[in-house]
Amino acid sequence: MAILNEEQTMLRDAAKGWVADKAPVTALRKLRDTGGWKTGYDPAAWKEMAEMGWTGVIVPEAYGGSEFGYRSLGLVLEETGRTLAASPLHATAAAAASALLLGGSDAQKETWLGRIAAGEITAALAVDEGPHHHPGSVALKAEKTATGYSLTGTKRFIPDAAEADLVVVAARVSGAPGDTAGIRLFLVTGGAAGLTATPLHAIDNRAHADLAFAATPAELLGETTGAGWDVLSATLDRATALLAAEMMGTATQAFEVILDYLKTRTQFGQLIGSFQALQHRAAKLFTELELTRSCVDAALDALDAGSKDAPALVSLAKAKANETLHLASIEMVQMHGGIGMTDAHDAGLYMKRARVAEALYGSSSYHRDRYAKLGGY
Amino acid sequence: MADFGAELDVFRTETRDWLEANCPASMRTPMTAEETPWGGARFKWANPDSKTWLDRMAEKGWTAPMWPKDYGGGGLTAAQARVLEQEMARIKARPPLFSFGIWMLGPVLLEYANEEQKKAHLPKIVRGEIRWCQGYSEPGAGSDLAGLQTRCEDKGDHFLINGQKVWTSYADQADWIFCLVRTDTTKKHEGISFVLFDMTTPGVDARPIKLISGESPFCETFFTDVKVPKAQMVGKLNGGWDIAKRLLQFERQNISAGGFGGAAGLEIEEVALAHVGADNGKIADGDLRARITAHKMDAKAFSLTVRRVEAEAKSGKGLGPAASILKYAAATLNQHKHELMLEAMGSDGLGWDGEGFDRANIRETRAWLRSKGNSIEGGTSEINLNVVAKRVLGLMDHQ
Ligand SMILES: Cc1cc2nc3c(=O)[nH]c(=O)nc-3n(C[C@H](O)[C@H](O)[C@H](O)COP(=O)(O)OP(=O)(O)OC[C@H]3O[C@@H](n4cnc5c(N)ncnc54)[C@H](O)[C@@H]3O)c2cc1C
Repeated sequence: MAILNEEQTMLRDAAKGWVADKAPVTALRKLRDTGGWKTGYDPAAWKEMAEMGWTGVIVPEAYGGSEFGYRSLGLVLEETGRTLAASPLHATAAAAASALLLGGSDAQKETWLGRIAAGEITAALAVDEGPHHHPGSVALKAEKTATGYSLTGTKRFIPDAAEADLVVVAARVSGAPGDTAGIRLFLVTGGAAGLTATPLHAIDNRAHADLAFAATPAELLGETTGAGWDVLSATLDRATALLAAEMMGTATQAFEVILDYLKTRTQFGQLIGSFQALQHRAAKLFTELELTRSCVDAALDALDAGSKDAPALVSLAKAKANETLHLASIEMVQMHGGIGMTDAHDAGLYMKRARVAEALYGSSSYHRDRYAKLGGY
Repeated sequence: MADFGAELDVFRTETRDWLEANCPASMRTPMTAEETPWGGARFKWANPDSKTWLDRMAEKGWTAPMWPKDYGGGGLTAAQARVLEQEMARIKARPPLFSFGIWMLGPVLLEYANEEQKKAHLPKIVRGEIRWCQGYSEPGAGSDLAGLQTRCEDKGDHFLINGQKVWTSYADQADWIFCLVRTDTTKKHEGISFVLFDMTTPGVDARPIKLISGESPFCETFFTDVKVPKAQMVGKLNGGWDIAKRLLQFERQNISAGGFGGAAGLEIEEVALAHVGADNGKIADGDLRARITAHKMDAKAFSLTVRRVEAEAKSGKGLGPAASILKYAAATLNQHKHELMLEAMGSDGLGWDGEGFDRANIRETRAWLRSKGNSIEGGTSEINLNVVAKRVLGLMDHQ
């Protein structure tokens, strides 16, 4: 399903126009230079994103969303990725919303999905505890209390978590780290007792935070036995594929900036784009972008179709997006020469965001390993 | 070499004893970025031992061991210089001086400058009294360096310089500049001259540029009616291009010999074990482990090549073709190392500053960003490869 329907085309075009107008790279610079990395976004811009319906793209109509699906949300994120637009859109409307959608009870969906779709709240998904993505290793402890659960432990480098109204937390009710059967998902409200968030000043100037839970009250996601590993895995598939879509946008923009420079900068009395050494590198990068786009599209389509091969396609998409964005970010600096090394140029911002996105939801090694395991070898 | 063996042994013993007695204890610890000994008239020494160490080494001429004694150098033979290097490495002594004067300018002054110029500049370079910067690149002349436009006019009793340089490393901290200027606008390469002047001369304005790593090591440097005494031109009028190219050779050689090592000092496999975890002593992520290993093998191949090139050079046969690949190889290797380091650190390596990140990790992250310049500074990797293809392999230009 490489072809977009009319609604999708409209959504993408609207996103493209809005991002160029309201969230150019200069907006991220401003956020950075005014200490805005703590919250990670401009509230006015976020409000407009919600008004355009972006927060409800995967939310069922019954809860006030448009139910356009993952591929459609990917189109929006690709556009925000182009200009490094900082917002809690991915954390809220992709990651946390997926968890609620897949594992929430009717009452939980009713309570939270509607508010996400309406843009009333921001939310985050907290899984990793160490420096590398490793969902099976969750150690954060969940203990039953008279009224629900209580969580104790820490989470590391969680996107948009510091200011979130709702955090979906992966925690362990039994077993040791590595044993996936003991993992459940929980809902914790922002400002809950015993929850401390430390905002992190990361290289991409987006909002990331360390979270500490000390007997923090939490509600089990889902009915009686709760949503466990399967829901977490499916949620991560969605969050990962949608991050890959954002990265696709970032890489595409980096490529276009490079191409533009090859057509304007002259040395030795000719455009540097006339040198075959650079022509081939641009053509190779273009090849990688096209290959990656197919993988990202296929992963999102598979998620929309609920097909069995979605997990493998998601790992494929993220591994490819990691590699291609990595390459694009390196070429962006290199082909600009000295200017690419300056803070005044955008290349550094793309490079820094690239490395954060590459690490989030799994490095290439992680996804190559997962792809092999899913393939049975 | 065998017949000189005994003499060299004496030199080794003397050197060892002298270093033992004169190298301060703190100069035998790994160098930090803050304590890099750049020297110069305006330099602030973060550690007084660095200054003591420099003065003692400069007194013997050992900041420039093979330069002639007449100009303050050590007057050592290649074999003796190697011994000095080995003995310094043995006690992990820091280099006493980091200097564009020693790495780049001095060697060309020895070849091209007149006696007066050598006497005026070389001893001060040896003693680290004057810090130099390199005024080569301009906004329109980077890879195409010979396209430079900074004008230098003959005004009878002096030269008058107008124009702009860019990416001038440490121009805001340097005392003097070696600068390429245009003295003939009708020719390209044959219209370039090589001049030296004081950065405090009226009309010189160096404005720092911020890098992606957050530091500002280089500048935009403007010259407005800068008056330069005519005696400060090195070589002939319009004869600067050969000097410029020769200096670039020294620059690239120096870069490749040092391998962009820098002061970091973290070992990549240790970083990976600490952040990824171990599985029976092996880095738990097998894919990353394989890539780290491939990198370490490349690094070994590089250092073996540097040694082979050095051995060839010292045997008097001149530089073999292997020398031409060193700068490109060093840049690639260093960048790859930093990428692997960043990947191994995971989210611990994604901090800019502030709470939640280890200082050493932040330093490493900044070093990763800085390493992106390695394939640009001193001539880009593309230009290096063009040179290898054309000069070494004899491949022709695209027609
Ligand atoms: C950290 C750092 C420190 C520096 N310090 C100094 C200094 O102290 N003094 C100084 O004078 N300069 C310094 N430079 C400048 C450096 O020498 C130039 O940036 C470099 O030569 C490239 O020139 P440019 O930036 O104009 O890029 P350009 O020449 O515009 O190059 C842009 C891109 O085109 C490519 N390209 C150009 N021509 C060709 C070709 N024929 N074939 C294939 N590809 C080509 C380049 O490789 C590059 O990828 C420094 C640069 C850096 C990054």
